[in-house]
Amino acid sequence: MLESRELTKKFGAKTAVDRVSLKLEAGHIYAMLGPNGSGKTTWMKMAAGLIKPTAGDVLFAGSPVGIASRRDVAYMSTEPYFYLWMTVEDAGKYYADFFEDFSMERFLSMLRSMDLNEKDKIKNLSSGMVAKMKIALTLARDAKVYMLDEPFNGIDLLARDEIRTAILHAAVPEKLLLLSSHLVEEMEAIADRAIFIRMGKLIEVRDLEEMRETDGVSMADRYRAIFGHGEVQA
Amino acid sequence: MDYDPMSPIWLQVVNRIKGSIATGAIGPGEKLPGGRDMAVQFSINPNTAARVYQELERAGLCETRRGMGTYVTGDAARIAQLRTQMAADAAGRYLRDLRILGLSRADAIRLLSEKEENENA
Repeated sequence: MLESRELTKKFGAKTAVDRVSLKLEAGHIYAMLGPNGSGKTTWMKMAAGLIKPTAGDVLFAGSPVGIASRRDVAYMSTEPYFYLWMTVEDAGKYYADFFEDFSMERFLSMLRSMDLNEKDKIKNLSSGMVAKMKIALTLARDAKVYMLDEPFNGIDLLARDEIRTAILHAAVPEKLLLLSSHLVEEMEAIADRAIFIRMGKLIEVRDLEEMRETDGVSMADRYRAIFGHGEVQA
Repeated sequence: MDYDPMSPIWLQVVNRIKGSIATGAIGPGEKLPGGRDMAVQFSINPNTAARVYQELERAGLCETRRGMGTYVTGDAARIAQLRTQMAADAAGRYLRDLRILGLSRADAIRLLSEKEENENA
């Protein structure tokens, strides 16, 4: 459904993404893993059609990503891009103006299940509440691909549970979910495939249950084996 | 996370559900949540949940009725057999632990009845 071929992005002398070829299929939740600066965000932004590759290409359903595919690919970035004077509901309306597949009804129902009040001003929300709102905004779209960049960052334990639940509700067989996080443990049970990226290069893609069955190792174990000790942040 | 991330999660969920069926927490003939609801309830990937149902069906512990959902078997004999199997497994674990400590079968039996008497006292 989403494929990158020899995808490369250079920023000046630095190669952020280095000839990454990757095929992602619908019906799976992928965890994209690697230390900070390994190229996860850059790969996602290219897949979302937000930045242009230096070389190589990204295909959505067989066609190059661009303006047209933005309708089918929902991307949640790590950057906060909301006006502080807005209420949570205003943020929803803002999204509804941008994306015709955005469902206000689904947004409000997700807010309720995550204990958020749509009348609250964004400037009064805790970082965990902003994170939940961003997830709800993204998942309230009826896209085919959802890419969530660092959905668990800076979020307390209870909110992480709510986010996991929201993600699992969105994971229907015809959709593809891609989560990037260095909070590896948060994704062990909800992801079924892991993509390991180091210094812009693809290391491997693994089926997690198969890996547990044949090698007896967790995703976190594999992460430590690939990236060395001390890089898993809890 | 409530799972051991080093062993297959589908197996851990299967064992939990088997436990619930054996104790009667989930009764014979009871309807189980759909695959997606199960994924949410157990906080697991939907493909893992699908595997859980496959295994429970293969073990003859539940059956999927087309368009209606998945139900625990109504076969009392099969459930009794599951209970016996789980009890045998528990006894096996107990014996293995005592053997590691260098205790005999007679010790194992004596310890077990002593423990039971103490608990009832």
